[in-house]
Amino acid sequence: MQALYAQLLVGLINGSFYALLSLGLAVIFGMLNIINFAHGALYMMGAFVAYFLLSLGGISYWWALLIAPIIVGIFGMILERTMLQWLTGLDHLYGLLLTFGIALIVQGVFQNYFGSSGLPYAIPDQLRGGMNLGFMFLPVYRGWVVIFSLIVCIATWFLIEKTRLGAYLRAATENPTLVRAFGVNVPRMITLTYGLGVGLAALAGVLSAPINQVRPLMGADLIIVVFAVVVIGGMGSIMGSIITGFALGVIEGLTKYFYPEASNTVVFVLMVLVLLVKPTGLTGRAA
Amino acid sequence: MHTKSIAAFLLGTALALGATGGALAQDKTVKVGVLTDNSGLYADLGGPGSTLAAQMAIEDSKLAAKGWKVDLISADHQNKPDIGTATARQWIDVEKVDVFMDVLNSGVALAVNNVVKEKNSVMINSGAATSDLTNAQCTPNTVHWTYDTYMLAHSTGQALVKAGGDTWFFITADYAFGHALERDTAAVVTASGGKVLGDVKVPLNNADFSSFLLQAQASKAKIIGMANAGGDTTNTIKQAAEFGIVKGGQKLAGLLLFLTDVHSLGLNVAQGLNLSSTFYWDMNDQTRAFSKRFAERAKNKAMPTMVQAGVYSGLLHYFKALEALGGNPHDGAKVVAKMKEIPTDDPLFGKGSIEPNGRALHPAYLFEVKTPAESKGPWDYYKLIGTTPADKAFRPLSESKCPLLKK
Repeated sequence: MQALYAQLLVGLINGSFYALLSLGLAVIFGMLNIINFAHGALYMMGAFVAYFLLSLGGISYWWALLIAPIIVGIFGMILERTMLQWLTGLDHLYGLLLTFGIALIVQGVFQNYFGSSGLPYAIPDQLRGGMNLGFMFLPVYRGWVVIFSLIVCIATWFLIEKTRLGAYLRAATENPTLVRAFGVNVPRMITLTYGLGVGLAALAGVLSAPINQVRPLMGADLIIVVFAVVVIGGMGSIMGSIITGFALGVIEGLTKYFYPEASNTVVFVLMVLVLLVKPTGLTGRAA
Repeated sequence: MHTKSIAAFLLGTALALGATGGALAQDKTVKVGVLTDNSGLYADLGGPGSTLAAQMAIEDSKLAAKGWKVDLISADHQNKPDIGTATARQWIDVEKVDVFMDVLNSGVALAVNNVVKEKNSVMINSGAATSDLTNAQCTPNTVHWTYDTYMLAHSTGQALVKAGGDTWFFITADYAFGHALERDTAAVVTASGGKVLGDVKVPLNNADFSSFLLQAQASKAKIIGMANAGGDTTNTIKQAAEFGIVKGGQKLAGLLLFLTDVHSLGLNVAQGLNLSSTFYWDMNDQTRAFSKRFAERAKNKAMPTMVQAGVYSGLLHYFKALEALGGNPHDGAKVVAKMKEIPTDDPLFGKGSIEPNGRALHPAYLFEVKTPAESKGPWDYYKLIGTTPADKAFRPLSESKCPLLKK
């Protein structure tokens, strides 16, 4: 029974990565209508930027949490300006293909320079060690990941659903011409939104660097699962992706306990089941 | 007159055929194919480095100066047996590849093994671990060069049980390689008086090992055997440190750990781990000389792993066999038979031989990873703590189930 609690907690920790990543995807899809397949590559870039900041500039993990998402976010905005914006109004498939291509190029470049086995990134001193919870040993860093990503998720949800800025954003995606008539610079808003989504991916990358090896393919391995999370949660729904992210982390954790061989596939089995019953996903709107 | 001309024609034809036959025996073209993982979790330990090692073997063999024409191609099997076999068929049928090098990933290697036998080609396997390649699934066309699960299990497993690690829990990669490594190690553990308390089978290419580490922790086994490799092992080790596994009194055993894994972990995390290898760049003057030449040309200036070293040595030995045959007969079984006939002797693995089942014999070494204080510079990672001689390092023929041995 103790082991089961431990698995639940570990599942929640993984769930926080799923939630952060699927949140970024949901923001981008909801606002730009782009299925951002480059998300995994951008997550990987976040981890690499943190590594460079530390090894080349001596900049600590704490600053990396702020700086890496900004750097990668700017990279994302350049992508949006130079390539993605031309896809406005086209079928989703074009965005998917373009971002998939971008992901392959980015991963290829990193792999060419840094190999596949990755680079080490140590846990920051302040978050070393762990607590004995009685039923498990909880590394302090993992606890921090859960709390920090929960805060970020809720803040993002609040920004988009409850603020004036968020209202403009949502309006701009519904009817760009009308919003533009009110004097709002819609293209710039879209660019910033893509930057925000990308920044969230990079943030997750920085968070994961001390736990996983900083590897060029770390995003590629994760992104498929995250897409399944997004599909189950319902494309474009912010809260849906947060909740599904955490929930699926927990379900995956339980699978690892009861039947580890299936732990890599359970998410997809769930996806099939959900889509059979509710084709728009759990919280998705009908297209 | 009429019969005379027919006889002349027949004689002429016979002479012409004889001449062609002679020319075939003198055929001095070879095509080498490096089939490996160029982009996935094993790309650093084999991958482009294996292709470089093959290239260096071709240059060092000086075959070109002796009138040979050697071509080299390489491909990525993406760790998928179906892609591996499809490439193998295409290479043999269309590209006329004579010898397959590296073929890491046990799943792919076992699949390609069948194609190579069916088409009478040659595989000199360096990167795959499964000992089945020279056991139940041995063929007259395959030489298993560098290491295998039997060797790893005996070298690392036995040493750890002797040192008091008598209860084990396995974290196992869920495919041919992991299963073979766990099976061979568990056999050694029980035979040495130890006990296996449990295991968990983990899908390949997993980023998160915390759940499995918790299960290992709960088992209270003294040793947690990692029957996985590459990125999977490095993540396991890294996360075990995070969960305080080693501090809690349990010991991690990297049953298959490569130089590049230690490099990517950093000594801070990897220090103190035991591992077995048949090659380390800093063993002697010859290995250092080769490794420095290799690193100068390699991506990231990385030193060669045992897989890459095995590609180099295996290919050199293959060329020796071809030279001994006086030309390339394009007959895989014949070349492999010649390889088994000649004793192996190369700068990297030393003197040895190839068993009738295709197993290349050479010494195996047990290393411990140095602490950051002990390491004098980049890539100075291992200290030698034990050597198993060539005749004891691998499965003895008396235990082999290889069908080739039953005459």
